[in-house]
Amino acid sequence: MAALIFRRLIQSALILLGVSFITFFLLYVLPADPVRQIAGRSATPQTVANIREQLGLDQPFVVQYTRYLAGLFHGDMGRSYLQKTDVTTLIMARLPASLLLMAAGIAAELLIGLSMGVIAAIWRGRAVDNSLMMTSFVTVSAPQFVVALLLLYVFAVKLGWFPIGGYGTPAHLVLPALTLGILGSGWYARIMRSSMIEVLRADFIRTARAKGLARSRVILRHALPNAILPVIAMIGIDIGIFMGGIVVVEGVFGWPGIGQLAWQAIQRIDIPIIMGVTLVSACAIVLGNLLADLVVPLIDPRIRIR
Amino acid sequence: MKKLLVSTALIAALALPAFAQEALDPDAKSGGGIVITYKDDVATLDPAIGYDWQNWSMIKSLFDGLMDYTPGTTELRPGLAESYDVSADGMTFTFHLRQGVKFHNGREMTADDVKYSLDRVTTPATQSPGAGFFGAIAGYDAMADGSATSLAGVTVIDPATVEIKLSRPDATFLHVMALNFASVVPKEAVEAANGDFGKMPVGTGAFKLAEWTIGQKLVFAKNPDYWRAGLPYLDTVTFEVGQEPVVALLRLQNGEVDVPGDGIPPAKFQEVMGDPAQAAMVVEGGQLQTGYITLNVKTPPFDNVEVRRAINMAINKDRIVQIINGRAVPANQPLPPSMPGYTKDHAGYAFNPDEAKKMLAEAGLPDGFETELYVMNTDPNPRIAQAIQQDLAAIGVKASIQSIAQANVIEAGGAGTAPMIWSGGMAWIADFPDPSNFYGPILGCSGAVDGGWNWSKFCDPAIDAEATAADSMIDPAAPERMKMWSDVYMKVMEQAPWVPVFNEQRYTMKSARMGGADNLYVDPVSIPVNYDYVYVKE
Repeated sequence: MAALIFRRLIQSALILLGVSFITFFLLYVLPADPVRQIAGRSATPQTVANIREQLGLDQPFVVQYTRYLAGLFHGDMGRSYLQKTDVTTLIMARLPASLLLMAAGIAAELLIGLSMGVIAAIWRGRAVDNSLMMTSFVTVSAPQFVVALLLLYVFAVKLGWFPIGGYGTPAHLVLPALTLGILGSGWYARIMRSSMIEVLRADFIRTARAKGLARSRVILRHALPNAILPVIAMIGIDIGIFMGGIVVVEGVFGWPGIGQLAWQAIQRIDIPIIMGVTLVSACAIVLGNLLADLVVPLIDPRIRIR
Repeated sequence: MKKLLVSTALIAALALPAFAQEALDPDAKSGGGIVITYKDDVATLDPAIGYDWQNWSMIKSLFDGLMDYTPGTTELRPGLAESYDVSADGMTFTFHLRQGVKFHNGREMTADDVKYSLDRVTTPATQSPGAGFFGAIAGYDAMADGSATSLAGVTVIDPATVEIKLSRPDATFLHVMALNFASVVPKEAVEAANGDFGKMPVGTGAFKLAEWTIGQKLVFAKNPDYWRAGLPYLDTVTFEVGQEPVVALLRLQNGEVDVPGDGIPPAKFQEVMGDPAQAAMVVEGGQLQTGYITLNVKTPPFDNVEVRRAINMAINKDRIVQIINGRAVPANQPLPPSMPGYTKDHAGYAFNPDEAKKMLAEAGLPDGFETELYVMNTDPNPRIAQAIQQDLAAIGVKASIQSIAQANVIEAGGAGTAPMIWSGGMAWIADFPDPSNFYGPILGCSGAVDGGWNWSKFCDPAIDAEATAADSMIDPAAPERMKMWSDVYMKVMEQAPWVPVFNEQRYTMKSARMGGADNLYVDPVSIPVNYDYVYVKE
């Protein structure tokens, strides 16, 4: 186990290195100049040259990249070009909010998606199955912006049950988490349904039923733990999707997460922030997948990690 | 249109009388707080760095410069300087400072702080986007190339007097001293912040920063020692960031927000203006802005002035104004109508596709040509670009639209690789209310260099010389100077390097409980509102 974790961590480090290289390279070749953004429109060529030199942006790519990596190894993600503040400070101020929203979003997704999947599988082919699968199709295809605004309008503005956006109390968390939950639940409902149907056909389920076990017990104790394995692998992948999709939901609900930070930085080519957010997101994805891989054998002893 | 912008005040050759007590709004009530929302986070509150329209007014309320504007107008008035003298040749300005003005840290402001602040903003290490504005001060070049650490032209005469010598006459110099970049900052606070002054600002302004939760909100608290007696009226101003404009509007309707800082979302504009209750909360005003299409005069066939004139006649500006719900007025010259020096009786190029087509044929292009139109990829700019594309197609010009991120458009414009650019989203908004501000960087030779903001790469040395002559006059508001600037822009339009399309209007929405004159809500220099002078009625 320890050897595996070690091996996976080494792999993860290599992946992150690759991500940092690709992102840095893309930003380097991008036809946009961060110095122009900093210098503003009334800058003289002298000012532009001075800033370029101070930031080391006049150096060749290899020098810039190695300098960035050297900083990274010392825990220094650089300073924002436009905010003139340490990137670490900016990200740390926002990361907890994003992680909280992500956790709540995944919880909502699982709660809604798994319930839908299990119910659909049990009543396979019936009206309830059809309508649930139709619903899952709609939620997967719905634009985030629309769902978010709709929930906000109905539950916050009209009914007044929740605050109109913002951050701080559990009540603030409900609508953004629900938005993410509704949007992602369709995937889980479909995976859970097909996995559950497969398990329900298995011999051991028939045996359990033949022994005269209660139907609820068969489903919850015997079928569910076996059917949930593909779902866990899906969560690992989902973290990546979340990191991309959270930007819109954070925007609508005024949630102070890193998605908004990244969005603004991209508009203004604030390279240190773009790099920082990309690496932190990549870290979350890599760790999420690692965790999913480690959790699976705990649930299903048949899977052994080598 | 409300004419809320008027011409700048004349400079007296001798000292202006000291301002005694400012006339306060008799209806104003002190106390209370307001909530402003913004979509984007506030990048910095350092007056030497901040150059967003969003933090511009915030910085104005935290800091003061030697000069200032009468609220709601473009009239210059003394700020931290109680009065000033200008030498007969217009090359030496002597500022007499107000006594007893204190920074938020309790220390009294002196002439040394003025000198320190000007040195700081012009030092390359500060990376100030506004450093270039101070180019007329003697010794600026030595600062810019790093050979000096202090501006030779700025001298502290005594703790209450500072003298600034220019290397060339600059009619706009007093406007420059009213820019945020010229704000007076205390050296010890800048040094204590250790590079983070933008997050820990200390000034002499009406408000001081009380709280900043990154990514969430900023709270400004009233400065009880503010040197303008009786101001500000509000106890607090809270800026909530990361708020989608549509959501901010919902919160305004719910009584949670007083001013949505990003304005009325385009998609909601007609709904708001069509509802009398909501429309009553809207204040309309002009702004010093022009939206235009640049035609790259170095790229064929735009190197032919007849082709550029034909393009000018092909664009249906009224229709483009309709696309943005009538939130603008059609333009026929670079200057906006509320800017001094605007030529009122100029007819411009009338919309006439048939004539335009004929002109193209005469220029040897009877079948038109193919070109590219660059545009920033945020609404409504791609829709405006499509309207331009259709207008061009009507005269046989096939323009393909390059809809890309702002930074990429700016890069292509600077490098001169874009034949046509629609300026929307990056359009020129004046730094100060003087006609010169629409020339140098965007139409003059100095901006036509690689990476410059003159995207049409238009450079006419004769027009440049006239512009320089106009700016060498001492009195910025002299009628002869305004005439010279008017001539400059008329000559530019003869060469047609731009298609001026429209001048956007400003629409500020405010909650019913907010008080203060309408012009405070469309203040030309404090967008969205002048925080120092507005109040709450309850």
